[in-house]
Amino acid sequence: MRLHIKNARVVDPASGKDGAGELFIADGKISKEISKADRVIDAKGLVVAPGFIDLAARLREPGSEYKATLESEMEAAVAGGVTSLACPPDTDPPLDEPGLVDMLRRRAKALARARVYPIGALTVKLSGEGLTEMGQLTDAGCVAFSQANAPLPDTQVLWRALQYAATFGYPVWLRAEDAWLAKGGVAHDGEIATRLGLPGIPAFAETIALATIIELVRATGARVHICRLSSAGAVDLIRRAKEEKLPVTCDVGVHHAHLCDLDLGYFDPNCRLEPPLRSQRDRDALARALAEGVVDCLCSDHTPVDEDSKHRPFSQAEPGATGLELLLPLTLKWGQAQKLSLAATLARITCEPARVLGISSGRLAAGAPADLVIFDPAASFTVAAASLRSQGKNTPFLGYELAGRVRCTIVDGKVVYES
Amino acid sequence: MTKLPDAERLCEQLAAELKPRIGPKSAMVGLYTGGAWLAERLHPMLGLKTPLGLMDIAFYRDDYAARGLKHDPKRTKIPFDVNGSELLLVDDVLYSGRTIRAAMNELFDYGRPASISLVVLVDRGGRQLPICGQHVGARVEVPAGMRLNLKKLDSGTLVLALEAERAA
Amino acid sequence: MQRNPQLNEKGELQHLLSIEGLPREILLQILDTAESFAGVTEREVKKVPLLRGKSVFNLFFEPSTRTRTTFEIAAKRLSADVINLNITVSSATKGESLLDTVANLSAMQADIFVVRHESSGAPFLIARHVKPHEHVINAGDGRHSHPTQGLLDLFTIRHYKKDFSGLTVAIVGDVLHSRVARSLIHGLTTLGAPEVRVIGPQTLLPAGVEALGVRVFHDMREGLADCDVVVMLRLQSERMRGALLPSAQEYFKHYGLTADKLALAKRDAIVMHPGPMNRGVEIDSTVADGPHSVILPQVTFGIAVRMAVMSIVAGN
Repeated sequence: MRLHIKNARVVDPASGKDGAGELFIADGKISKEISKADRVIDAKGLVVAPGFIDLAARLREPGSEYKATLESEMEAAVAGGVTSLACPPDTDPPLDEPGLVDMLRRRAKALARARVYPIGALTVKLSGEGLTEMGQLTDAGCVAFSQANAPLPDTQVLWRALQYAATFGYPVWLRAEDAWLAKGGVAHDGEIATRLGLPGIPAFAETIALATIIELVRATGARVHICRLSSAGAVDLIRRAKEEKLPVTCDVGVHHAHLCDLDLGYFDPNCRLEPPLRSQRDRDALARALAEGVVDCLCSDHTPVDEDSKHRPFSQAEPGATGLELLLPLTLKWGQAQKLSLAATLARITCEPARVLGISSGRLAAGAPADLVIFDPAASFTVAAASLRSQGKNTPFLGYELAGRVRCTIVDGKVVYES
Repeated sequence: MTKLPDAERLCEQLAAELKPRIGPKSAMVGLYTGGAWLAERLHPMLGLKTPLGLMDIAFYRDDYAARGLKHDPKRTKIPFDVNGSELLLVDDVLYSGRTIRAAMNELFDYGRPASISLVVLVDRGGRQLPICGQHVGARVEVPAGMRLNLKKLDSGTLVLALEAERAA
Repeated sequence: MQRNPQLNEKGELQHLLSIEGLPREILLQILDTAESFAGVTEREVKKVPLLRGKSVFNLFFEPSTRTRTTFEIAAKRLSADVINLNITVSSATKGESLLDTVANLSAMQADIFVVRHESSGAPFLIARHVKPHEHVINAGDGRHSHPTQGLLDLFTIRHYKKDFSGLTVAIVGDVLHSRVARSLIHGLTTLGAPEVRVIGPQTLLPAGVEALGVRVFHDMREGLADCDVVVMLRLQSERMRGALLPSAQEYFKHYGLTADKLALAKRDAIVMHPGPMNRGVEIDSTVADGPHSVILPQVTFGIAVRMAVMSIVAGN
């Protein structure tokens, strides 16, 4: 399929380019000018950018098909302009066996929507005890290893896991949270949790665990990506680790760049998230750190939850929010608030996550994979359950008006979504 | 414009009418707010042995379902034994009769009186229940859309007043 | 921010979920109405016909005899029909969700749900899903709120101290886990008590508690100095197991109310306790049974306050 996209505003965060232009696609790659295209797309008034790369999107397969399926979530991904996504290992059973990883990759490939990069389990069954066969899992297609939201309290095991991964150069993705300090907590330990009578998770549950991880990175040289930062204190630790040139990267969930514990309101279970939404000060520090580049990426942390599991008292509600289809508008909103250029804004969901994942998508250079998104940055819409393609309708932004609509998504040179 | 009678004169007139009928079992209960002021004026004039009772009918009204509980109900105090008493029930304006129905229901929750006589300053007609006053100061016609109220001035003087009916 | 779910569009009380966020006028309306109901219990016929024909469903997901009984008595004094639901035995253990349980009861013509639940916010969830003529009264949710207890505490204080404007009130004990403490703090600050103190060890005081408008004391003698009202909170035995405290004896030594500590408060100070008391743990028997204690009257006032709350919401 040979494509010609004309009259576009072409934005390529990797090169900083932002201007009028056109693009040519042939054989699944971005190419130099071609003479005869099979299809011409007129992108007048629209932006063409690299397809978005989401570092965390739960597809709920295998195991939780009543919450969502690969079909529905992949539709949601491309409707949101996401052309590559990494899925965490907390499926049921967890991705700790090569056979499961293989099946997932085949299923995803057959659907021919977004590219799926599975993250393998770091420990067997995510139990925090024995190491998984990281070599075999890498052969099956895993790009990194993680505990997802499962705790790993035994620091001896954590040390050995990092040593082992470092030996072979496998990246390890960890969410920093001290299991004991977080036990029983459902909200940020502060004034709001006190008013609402909710058990709290103090911010130092994150910073204590992060300091431990950073110390182990110094000792082992393992390449670590810290997932879903939530506090200002953690930002400071990351900044110092980067100044020291340690092999550490990190991301922030898109909800945490906008919301804080005040948004819990009258116990809104859509704001029950892991990690919890912390104070305004923490939220502002995260948003600024993303702009400075101390935090490398934004991700959706897409977690579809069925209605019954959300319509419960706050502490009992299942944590998580749906996010694939809101990644673009929420990223644009963040970029505007930080007064960044469009290229700098989109970098956080294109070339930066590409760098973390070590893939060649995420840029608009000749020869790069033709994974693109065409969107209207000014088109606004009201977030409604009915219009979300994901099976998860659980979002704190229900009823909000947001701007940023995907018009066309192209993966491997083929149009996989059009509106 | 209807000329309203002088409330103080009506009060004296009622006291003169009631005085001969006071006996050892007589007792008085005034209904908040206007009936209570009137009863507080009448009670000492009549030399009753029993202390004055004051009643709020908030919990016995028949319009609770439509209008909810009225704000700031007063506390009913009946400091004598209702059983066997010859009660003088005192209110300022007799209109539909529903207030008196509620008052009687409440009184019977305190005990069984030997008799109840209704004493009102003014009867404005418009009855919706079979209730009548045994001792009525005056009969007054009230124009449509108006309310007749008893008011107490800062000096303590009681006066009758007409006001526009507030939208429900 | 959404409208306070306790109030309808006219600003009238349709549910009682929490004292926090209620305007002063509504708190005073409840206290004044309770005052009128206090007289009903002294009559021969201890009933008024206000809620005749209405059904009050006691939905207690957490066991409680005292609170449930006072709600039952209050409802019956209003001539309502009362149905008690022992949720621990019924559907919840079979996995029925909270909202399904409420929907099933709703189909049985309920007017008022009195709900006690271990999870903070559960009554708010229920209130979002009931029909317009149904009312929810929170009888205690997790650590968040126990508004009728807070109101009866306010009623008690007003009964003995006449008004809040000059008072120093001390709340002693496990504030971290206490819905009673939170409700009382909100009530006192709304009604203008100038000084509200919390007294306890760091382990039993929640993060950012000063933001509720209280002064924090760790030393009980300092905290009790010149107090008009002393409210003792119950200490649960689980706190010893959770590494929050070493033992009941040590707790009593530092934070138990004895006659000599009480002597530091004002001479006419009153002592309150939401009950049930742990004698010798948070309070000495001589004080609990002594002249400053108003613990038993609190229970009587509780019936009048609950009658007031039910009659106000059911009429809106």
